[in-house]
Amino acid sequence: MTSDNVTDGQPDPAAVAGEHRLSQQVERTGMFGTGTTGDTSGYGELRVRRPDQPATPRPYGSYFDEVADELAAGLERGGGTFPEAVSQVVVDRGELTLHVPREHLVAVARLLRDEPSLAFEMCLGVSGVHYPWDAGRELHAVYPLLSITHNRRIRLEVTAPDADPRIPSLVGVYPTCDWHERETWDFFGVVFEGHPALTRIEMPDDWKGHPQRKDYPLGGIPVEYRGATIPPPEDRRSYS
Amino acid sequence: MTAEAEGRVYDVGGQDWDQVVAAAVETAEERLVVNMGPQHPSTHGVLRLILTLDGETVTELRPVIGYLHTGIEKNMEFRTWTQGVTFCTRADYLAPLFNEAAYCLAVERLLGIEREVPQRATVLRVLLMELNRISSHLTAIGTFGLELGASTVFLYGMREREKVLDLFELITGLRMNHAYIRPGGVSQDLPHGALEALREFLRVMPRLLGELRALLDANPIYLARTKNVAYLDLTGCMALGVTGPVLRGTGLPWDLRKSQPYCGYETYEFDVPTQATSDAYGRYLVRMDEMDESLKIISQCVDRLAAKRPKDDPVMISDPKIGWPARLAVGPDGLGNSADHIAHIMGQSMEALIHHFKLVTEGFRVPVGQVYTAVESPRGELGCHAVSDGGTRPYRVHLRDPSFNNLQALSAMAEGGMVADVISAVASLDPVLGGVDR
Repeated sequence: MTSDNVTDGQPDPAAVAGEHRLSQQVERTGMFGTGTTGDTSGYGELRVRRPDQPATPRPYGSYFDEVADELAAGLERGGGTFPEAVSQVVVDRGELTLHVPREHLVAVARLLRDEPSLAFEMCLGVSGVHYPWDAGRELHAVYPLLSITHNRRIRLEVTAPDADPRIPSLVGVYPTCDWHERETWDFFGVVFEGHPALTRIEMPDDWKGHPQRKDYPLGGIPVEYRGATIPPPEDRRSYS
Repeated sequence: MTAEAEGRVYDVGGQDWDQVVAAAVETAEERLVVNMGPQHPSTHGVLRLILTLDGETVTELRPVIGYLHTGIEKNMEFRTWTQGVTFCTRADYLAPLFNEAAYCLAVERLLGIEREVPQRATVLRVLLMELNRISSHLTAIGTFGLELGASTVFLYGMREREKVLDLFELITGLRMNHAYIRPGGVSQDLPHGALEALREFLRVMPRLLGELRALLDANPIYLARTKNVAYLDLTGCMALGVTGPVLRGTGLPWDLRKSQPYCGYETYEFDVPTQATSDAYGRYLVRMDEMDESLKIISQCVDRLAAKRPKDDPVMISDPKIGWPARLAVGPDGLGNSADHIAHIMGQSMEALIHHFKLVTEGFRVPVGQVYTAVESPRGELGCHAVSDGGTRPYRVHLRDPSFNNLQALSAMAEGGMVADVISAVASLDPVLGGVDR
């Protein structure tokens, strides 16, 4: 920050916001998300930055405060604390997401299932998401939970780095996760530790790679049409 | 015939059963590993089962899936949010409109336009979903009959399903893979004559469903093959995440249409049928009763649709930056954009032309975030986990398909039972492999 931006000893809020923006991760460059085709738009130097994932402050609204309180009480009875076991709480579009460090996943899930005031009896599977730009937490596993007793839904989100893609298995808590974890292993390469038989489920047993990762090559070939070529899907111009 | 560490392996190539039987008698081994499928008429597509048999008792059952994996989720990441509908509709191909609805509800929640979807579009969605529930249940019950050897039941089921498919063809233009429900509404309004066709359907359907019930409800062979077969109680359903008619067959009235209503289901009058037997017969009864309830809902939809003139009641969101510019009409060369719409964008409004062009080529942008929406499909909770990175294409879409999940319960249902009951167990789960493998 230069001295021009300081007025009366206080930094200019616009300058602070600008500095903050420049420190955010670059999501993509250029206009069309690809560097291979000629971009004549003049927007080639554009840098689109990714906003930080904001944690939601209390009160969360709806039944979410109650869920968080009950979970905190349960964790404290077990000798843990809420901030330790839940790294971030996000309430977005009327849905609650609890970000749980992977070492606490099984304990939190067991508590959510067994505590009568929480009673999330059903886990609706695992959905993997790959964020190659999110350094140190590239692989996400998302668990939607459902409480039939209280008619509530919440979501757990767990991350693992690409270099060490291990997440503890929830099969012991929710047997239904068996196939879902196999699917996430198959498509994203997340190793669910403690799973009874972590084998591929959709792809053939001898398949190489994990196809739904963002860095998995699609293997497309250019399409030729009347002397011109259309690049494979991953190299085509895109607007996002 | 070869000797291996696991035991003797018999290769059955042609009509050499006498040799196999003679060899089996010789070794006096009762344990037999049988591969069933993936090409087998009673595996609902390409499901493969590896059965370990002790005589006629199943001691171990391992389902193998993946033969119909087509990469629908990955494909959707390379198309716009609107084009995604044409992919997800193909997942569970017997319930395409539920796939579309779950996905579109997810996109609409991401966009924050859930309340702006026109009333008429919502009623049309409910109408189509309930019609689809009937056609899906009819297929389930018809193929159930066929697999137990009752081909009349299959023919009746297919004949009645045809009536639903005719309605689909009339309303959406296609018999399956409709891509009718779109983010922001539906692709087009009812055509002329649709309300009359729906009323005729409502008139004849109760009698046809009654014929099906007369064939099966008290059929001694059917009862012998389904009563107390493929038992899975409430605890098992909870642990294995099983939803839908299988869960309601244990006596728990859990139906998302009632408990977590979407698309305005709270404004319709219907009941959630349950049975407390936890067996294949109970699931059959639940499905039959659900079709009656669906007819009730369809009748209410028809009344609502008839009450308003289509001219006053749009079927696509009015926001021109999201609403697909579909003003379809039957032209001299088939279905296309209506002449009025072409005149409007080409002759009157530059803005409309820009919106049309941008929406069709680039698509709309969806704010960053993730949502999970769920609808009650004929097979249970169909969830859609959609993640947006702020772009014009889905960053990730995951369909939580009930068939995929429920198929896990097959081992629990069939192990310890007779090998013939495996067929009943598969049929009572009603898995659709298109949804299982996606």
